[in-house]
Amino acid sequence: MANTTIVPFGPQHPVLPEPIHLDLELDDERVVQALPSIGYVHRGLELLAERHDFVEMAQVAERICGICSFIHGQGYCQGIEHLLGLEVPPRAVYLRTVWAEMSRIQSHLLWLGLSADAFGFESLFQHSWRIREMLVDIIEETTGGRVIFGSCKVGGIRKDVDAETLRRVGRRMNEIEAAFDEVANIFRGDRTVKQRTVGVGVMSAEDAYALGAVGPVLRASGFASDTRQLGYAAYGELEWEPVVEQSGDCYARCEVRLREISQSIDLIRQCLDRMPEGEIEVTFKGQRPKGETMIRLEQPRGEVCYYMSANGQKNLERFRVRTPTFANIAPLVHMLKGCDLADVPVIVLTIDPCVSCTER
Amino acid sequence: MSWFSISALVTRSALHRPVTRLYPFERRTPYAKTRGHIEFKINDCTFCTVCAVKCPTGAIVASKQDKTWAIDHSLCILCGNCVHDCREGCITQCNEPWPPMRTKEIVSFRQDFATPSSSKTRPSV
Repeated sequence: MANTTIVPFGPQHPVLPEPIHLDLELDDERVVQALPSIGYVHRGLELLAERHDFVEMAQVAERICGICSFIHGQGYCQGIEHLLGLEVPPRAVYLRTVWAEMSRIQSHLLWLGLSADAFGFESLFQHSWRIREMLVDIIEETTGGRVIFGSCKVGGIRKDVDAETLRRVGRRMNEIEAAFDEVANIFRGDRTVKQRTVGVGVMSAEDAYALGAVGPVLRASGFASDTRQLGYAAYGELEWEPVVEQSGDCYARCEVRLREISQSIDLIRQCLDRMPEGEIEVTFKGQRPKGETMIRLEQPRGEVCYYMSANGQKNLERFRVRTPTFANIAPLVHMLKGCDLADVPVIVLTIDPCVSCTER
Repeated sequence: MSWFSISALVTRSALHRPVTRLYPFERRTPYAKTRGHIEFKINDCTFCTVCAVKCPTGAIVASKQDKTWAIDHSLCILCGNCVHDCREGCITQCNEPWPPMRTKEIVSFRQDFATPSSSKTRPSV
């Protein structure tokens, strides 16, 4: 057996936005196997749910992660609404969908910037974040927060958005789309991007499914699975198809995210066109959640599951989150086998690791 | 597939003024909904302490006996629970951010003296 070297990758590494540690076993420059270890940013948020009031916990659930913040809040609120048997008014449902899609776009743009940075394309990184900033401004204008939206609450949403602002959002979406298309063409056509991503970290559809990959990692391998197909929020009434690519390499994962941004812009337009009028919340004074439920949502990184169990007290009995990055670690380890050491940062980034979510 | 597909974009942005702001000199006006900081008016306060109970981080401390109300802006997460739950309407959310603090300070109010303890009654933004 050849002598192998173990090289630690992370938890502090220029390419990693958050701490995750990988022990890379190398034979010369080739990775033989990778051993991940997590647990650097554990904060015990699930235990907090057992101590906090179930209404206030929506604020905490939103702070599980800074990038998928809104969708965590939405998932938590949907779970409590299911336990309480509340019917959320359609306007609140549509606005939640708009914000969830905005959250998806800003997360993907952030990822595109980080991945451009990972393969050493600094100007593309800056331009991706320039477009993200335009969107973050819209988010702040409609919700009041840049990354923590704080607009979702149990029973509906906190503040309504007036018609004039919604029209302005529609116009700004056109500007964002034009600016994004220019950057997307560079991602699609530039030789530098292709040299670093095409044929790197290939995973077949069978492997992706067997290892439990979720989100863009699964869809890039040719498996059309998107939790939004369940039709939660307003997705059942909108016209869309899951974005699927076939080749399963880093370039395909990048392409899936590029196409999902365009799709999300289209979904926001559809929501704005069909925006119903009316109430934005239902009251549930004095009711306490009882029973147990499981909620599945599509985050920018893939499927997220929430398990909630309540016994009629003011706090939940058990709150458990299964996040997409946690599901994508096993496929990541599979992808890293046999790749070059220089490709490790690009492959690690293409699963879009969100360690705060994973460790909660 | 090309080598310099970003050159048109880079050239254009080099010829235009930067999209970023020259921060301390040029500041963005906050949006109407922006969650900046919590403002408090003591005159109408009945010291019911609902805001302190509802605060998820314990940033607000209120006392019925002493007729005092205090907020630690470094703990406040601007969730707006206190604004929503205040029956007298004496807590509002201002859209301008609280100015940076050099030391951790708690802004406390007492009903006998209608002025807060800190010199920073309004943000200097």
